Amino acid sequence: MKLTGAQALIKSLEMEQVEVMFGLPGGAILPVYDPILDSSIRHVLVRHEQGAGHMAEGYAHATGRPGVCIVTSGPGATNIVTPLADAYMDSIPMVAITGQVATHAIGTDAFQECDTTGITMPVTKHNWLVTDVDDIPRIVREAFHVATTGRPGPVLIDVPKNISNAQMDWYWPDGVDLPGYKPTVTGHPRMIKEAALAIMAAERPIIYAGGGILKARAAEALRELAELTGIHVVTTLMARGAFPDDHPLCLGMPGMHGSYTAVMSMQRSDLLIALGSRFDDRVTGQVSSFAPDAKIIHCDIDPAELGKVRRPDVPIVGDCRLVIEALVKAVKHEIAKLPAGSPGRGDTTEWDGLLSEWRVSYPFRYQQEADGPLKPQFCIEQLRDRSPSDTIVAAGVGQHQMWASQFWRFNHPYTWINSGGLGTMGFAVPAAIGAKVGRPDKMVWAIDGDGCFQMTAQELVTASAERIPVKIAILNNAYLGMVRQWQELFYEERYSEVYLSPDLPDYVKWSEAMGCVAFRVDSPEDVGPTIDKANEIDDRPVVIDFRVDYREKVYPMVPAGGSNDSLILGPWAEMSADDRKAAGDPNAV
Amino acid sequence: MSANLQHHILTVLVENKPGVLARVSTLFSRRGFNIFSLAVGPTEDDRFSRMTIVVDLEGTTLEQVIKQLNKLVNVIKITELAPQAAVERELLLVTVSTKDGLRSSVVELAAIFDATIIDVGFEALTIMVAGTPDHLDALEELVRPYGIIELQRTGRIALPTLSRESTKLRSVKRRPA
Ligand SMILES: Cc1ncc(C[n+]2csc(CCOP(=O)(O)OP(=O)(O)O)c2C)c(N)n1
Ligand SMILES: [Mg+2]
Repeated sequence: MKLTGAQALIKSLEMEQVEVMFGLPGGAILPVYDPILDSSIRHVLVRHEQGAGHMAEGYAHATGRPGVCIVTSGPGATNIVTPLADAYMDSIPMVAITGQVATHAIGTDAFQECDTTGITMPVTKHNWLVTDVDDIPRIVREAFHVATTGRPGPVLIDVPKNISNAQMDWYWPDGVDLPGYKPTVTGHPRMIKEAALAIMAAERPIIYAGGGILKARAAEALRELAELTGIHVVTTLMARGAFPDDHPLCLGMPGMHGSYTAVMSMQRSDLLIALGSRFDDRVTGQVSSFAPDAKIIHCDIDPAELGKVRRPDVPIVGDCRLVIEALVKAVKHEIAKLPAGSPGRGDTTEWDGLLSEWRVSYPFRYQQEADGPLKPQFCIEQLRDRSPSDTIVAAGVGQHQMWASQFWRFNHPYTWINSGGLGTMGFAVPAAIGAKVGRPDKMVWAIDGDGCFQMTAQELVTASAERIPVKIAILNNAYLGMVRQWQELFYEERYSEVYLSPDLPDYVKWSEAMGCVAFRVDSPEDVGPTIDKANEIDDRPVVIDFRVDYREKVYPMVPAGGSNDSLILGPWAEMSADDRKAAGDPNAV
Repeated sequence: MSANLQHHILTVLVENKPGVLARVSTLFSRRGFNIFSLAVGPTEDDRFSRMTIVVDLEGTTLEQVIKQLNKLVNVIKITELAPQAAVERELLLVTVSTKDGLRSSVVELAAIFDATIIDVGFEALTIMVAGTPDHLDALEELVRPYGIIELQRTGRIALPTLSRESTKLRSVKRRPA
């Protein structure tokens, strides 16, 4: 069968079971857009290519399948650099297809030419410039293989226009032949055994679960390990939902804005079982004082993560699910060897007691006064309590993101979508759209900041046009709040270029102009009813402009580069229990 | 110019595909690693090329370099050669001024270093010398006072040293007395 390169490309995507792609056409990719008309693949036309990239990411986060975006050469390609970098940092499987000028024009500064493979080399797992039309099926097959196996990540295929127009004989390769790419998936049995022994002996063990748990679809295995051993679990920003927040062994999020218990449990632990986590600086704080007494078991599918930040005592290269399953077996084996009637693993009663005490004494706190300014945390709690428990939440980057992670209860995997590694403002709206496309059966809320919203809001036009009913909660504090917080705390309240205004733009009018239903909420009593109204709408996007208190800060907080031991608890910590009760703190004991 | 004692030689077998050198060098700069010298050439198998990269690093960073390089899809195999377990060679070309009747003195120096005169002008000579990096360093130092007009070094290439023990002899020796 004779096909053009463009037809072969679309057919190859069909062979890879792509159901949707996000993109925007232009000169160099024109030939590829023609066969899209005849394809089973849905195309979502975005308003800015960055949106296409983040939609592909949101789709991948929510479904576990690779997200696909397709854009033209030059500016189209440079507009997806941010999403590629984002996906690279957070190990999101994504395939980007870019048009390129004709091969004979490459290097001549032709119209809309740029060195796409060169520019994206450091932010993709791999990329390909197609130079022969016959290579298209092979390269597509390789691209999906590389994006989805090992440590997942973004890949890019750059397709010159003359290649898409050229003819080829269609074939579909049986497999891939990549001699330099062989990820290790099963953990080394000796290391697994060592890890099991360390777990048996530990008195203050903590499981430090990272995004790798979700990538490896290892949430169930993790639960089995935690329940078998009775070891408490912290879930990093990338792993929220990988272990249910309502589980008695869950300590929530560690790190710069993590819970006191999660942070301190790691600091005091004698064994950190790092599973699919990477000792990110936002988690460790100052590395030299991080978890000083802990022995480290570190499991990751990427060997380069082992020893990158902290040298593990027991390194295990492998897929988290396979390794955890093997670990469960190995621990069971060790437990079976114990004398009958022995309490099991090393004695952790004292440790468990301490953790429960911390949890009671140091919950996340805020105070919503009935007639006081609206608190962002209150809005998030109301959203949480009035939406289905398996609602997918996408966040932007800033204070609202941290509050969302702190105050939502993530009890299901794949319900939390955020930009952890790159911290990309503007992520939430398009990522929520991508997630909703992938999981139309679920409610999807974006919790966004006013600053972030302004970066990619135009994609709500896409959502309206394509009837993708996402919901957006703007926590409008009229500031680049997170930056303001740093200026308040570390720059003597010298506020430099962080004020945005609550009314400019008018978020309600803007959202309505983009085809959404929009509400504004100023007072606490309107929060619940408005959310209920929004949750009833299922045929178009909804936006709520929550006018929240700009003075609110995210606590606890570990100052950047500081030791986790120097965690600042915030104003509530200084108050006595009685004062807190008087001030209306529901958590005061 | 000479690499200090912490230098490590990586021989990296890569797929012979466009852009591979860029991938390797981008990775070095992106991860903040320093390349001391780099030489690339074909191998006995035309599907592959071999890069000889000399890096100056301490142990942990070296491990990161190797692990990150290994993640490149086009990298097939990396071997780290300890300087004492490798034979290293490099080529140097240098054009030296021979003004003021100093030609014979430069020629003499070249002879001592087993170097070859590959080009002669009225007031300059171009010398080629192949050898260990130390050997090249020494010649470079000695011709400098004459006036170096231009100098180029290839960066070293290296292969593991061969065992001098014959396998046959070894098996004989291992037999119980
Ligand atoms: C693209 C981008 N530019 C700048 C930053 C730096 N930054 C981090 S948080 C933040 C403020 C975000 O403001 P907003 O969306 O209103 O969220 P808030 O912190 O107020 O909740 C900024 C500017 C970033 N993370 N991403
Ligand atoms: Mg804000």
